[in-house]
Amino acid sequence: MRNNTAEIVDIAAQRASNISRLKRFYSEMILIRTVEQTLLDLFSEGLLRGTVHTCLGQEASAAGVINALDKDRDIVCSNHRGHGHYLAYCADVEGLIAEVMGLPQGVCGGIGGSQHLHRKNFYSNGILGGMSPIATGFATAEKSKNSGAVTVVFHGDGAMAEGAIYESFNLAALWQLPILFAVESNKYAQSTRIESEIAGSFLGRAEAFGLTAAEVDGNDVLAVNDAATEIVSNIRTGKGPAMLVLDTYRMGPHSKGDDDRNPQEIESHRDNCPITRTRTQLDADWCDETKLAATAKVDAVVNTLKASRGRTD
Amino acid sequence: MTTYLASLQTSLHNAFEADARVVLLGEDVLDPYGGAFKVSKGLSTDFPNRVMTTPISEGAITGVAAGMAMRGMKPVVEIMFGDFLTLCADQIVNHIAKFRGMFNDQVRVPCVIRTPMGGGRGYGATHSQSLEKMFLGTPEIRIVAPSHAHDPGEMLAKAVLQAEEPILFLENKLLYPMSLAESEGAINVEYWDKESGYPTAIVRNHSLTAADVTVVSYGGMSRVILPLLEELAEEEISVTAAFPGSLQPLPIDSLIMAASESGRVVIAEEGTEAFGWGSEVSALLGEHLYGKLEAPIVRLAAKSRVIPAAEAGEEDALVQATNIEDAIMGLLV
Ligand SMILES: Cc1ncc(C[n+]2csc(CCOP(=O)(O)OP(=O)(O)O)c2C)c(N)n1
Ligand SMILES: [Mg+2]
Repeated sequence: MRNNTAEIVDIAAQRASNISRLKRFYSEMILIRTVEQTLLDLFSEGLLRGTVHTCLGQEASAAGVINALDKDRDIVCSNHRGHGHYLAYCADVEGLIAEVMGLPQGVCGGIGGSQHLHRKNFYSNGILGGMSPIATGFATAEKSKNSGAVTVVFHGDGAMAEGAIYESFNLAALWQLPILFAVESNKYAQSTRIESEIAGSFLGRAEAFGLTAAEVDGNDVLAVNDAATEIVSNIRTGKGPAMLVLDTYRMGPHSKGDDDRNPQEIESHRDNCPITRTRTQLDADWCDETKLAATAKVDAVVNTLKASRGRTD
Repeated sequence: MTTYLASLQTSLHNAFEADARVVLLGEDVLDPYGGAFKVSKGLSTDFPNRVMTTPISEGAITGVAAGMAMRGMKPVVEIMFGDFLTLCADQIVNHIAKFRGMFNDQVRVPCVIRTPMGGGRGYGATHSQSLEKMFLGTPEIRIVAPSHAHDPGEMLAKAVLQAEEPILFLENKLLYPMSLAESEGAINVEYWDKESGYPTAIVRNHSLTAADVTVVSYGGMSRVILPLLEELAEEEISVTAAFPGSLQPLPIDSLIMAASESGRVVIAEEGTEAFGWGSEVSALLGEHLYGKLEAPIVRLAAKSRVIPAAEAGEEDALVQATNIEDAIMGLLV
């Protein structure tokens, strides 16, 4: 009888903690989505040049993985589709939007642009696969400094065809480095399906090098966070490099508007979107309020930036 | 009037029709996408088995194209952005450019590596460069760069169907949508070095035998230079511009001839200043025209720093029409 009560209390506590995590992740994911949609709008308005790769539909991997890190010391390496990673890392809405708009208030002074962001321990670059050796170097340095820091590097499924990644796997395994290779498998590389890009499997590749590897439903933000938390803690305690495959789907175009996919195919993934899924587990009114708050925050930033743009022009 | 892009598309089509050994490899090259800059659009529909979309493995696909070339095929490999040639560099420099000489002339590697260079689109530091200088000076590889005063399709056809040598074929992002230039109004276009297949386009804004200034440039720079020539014609400043289709080997005799029309030379390139194509052209013209130039040669190139994504910064980093105009005026005071 007593045992049973304890169990019930446990389950209730677990549920309460899950709800609070879900709320936190929902807030982050909705902020990421709002920023991404705003960037696409700004592009249509002609206020952005160049390119923007948005992570619509993939917000859970950013929120889930990056919240498993110790943001004070861990390192994040990102790619061309890095806005979500950046916001999950530091919530710097203004620095990001200004950067993509090419403004001096941007986190890299407008010089970097969408694909080239750096703040504290966050670094992104637009050369696919290229950050893999760099991240391996970060991990080598942190290991030799005994800092306890873990480095995570994000790659898309398509980028996983770059050779430098496998040279990095080899080094990371040989030197037992504190590094996590996160694979955001959204099933496409630009216009090309994963079946035409990747032979074998990601897990098989990791295994071949002796990396610990796991695969998770990348649109289930709690599952992503649970898996990442466990892996990161193993890496931190010296168990060596690992891979986490996040199965997801890109809901938006590759960049601004280039999308030749069948609209029905995209539609079939709509209910599986991580934000929709998280919302069903939370109070709808709370979600609406949170969304409104995100919109208000992003709108305010955009208005300020538009005004400052007028002044500097 | 056909565009730079359409000229390349049609040429690939014709090359596929003309020779069954021609194939194309690259990322996202299948229809309906047809490549990031659409050069292969329509090709996979008409030649489904000869257009191979590849994984994102630039180094490997460059080497694969070379291997296919050495075994009797005529591959064209598309590298999505010229910036990514760094990933192909080992295959190009230590394999493709080596085999013919190193194997004592017993093999040929007739592959074409096509890629777009250039900035002006706000893509930032890793998607805007003109990296040809990394390959210029590597023996036994030809580097071709049509301007919009050329017929780029004709040059591509030559490279794909007739050449025995490996060719780095540099396109330019901002030229793709442009109509090809023709003699019109003040502008007069003629071609030298036609027999090479990679002609030097000579563009004049005058019909005199002597000019005030000669501009030597190539590739995407034609986009800013041709309108400038029209403007200068109104001010009766006569300029002869030379755009060699082949950057390496260089048709130096033609450049000497063009430079001799004025004795005052401006060299303009989109890549960064120092140790580049312009340095070499300047050195050669200086050697051959020693004592015959009216003024020191002026070189214009991108600033030695990363290309900013922000518009103003990008414009400042890259050579603009005003920089060329200032240089021309500077030679005439
Ligand atoms: C070395 C390199 N090759 C090609 C590209 C062009 N490119 C940018 S994103 C992309 C597709 C990437 O697919 P994936 O890795 O699956 O990431 P996703 O876009 O799906 O997030 C390509 C080909 C690049 N930026 N860098
Ligand atoms: Mg992908």
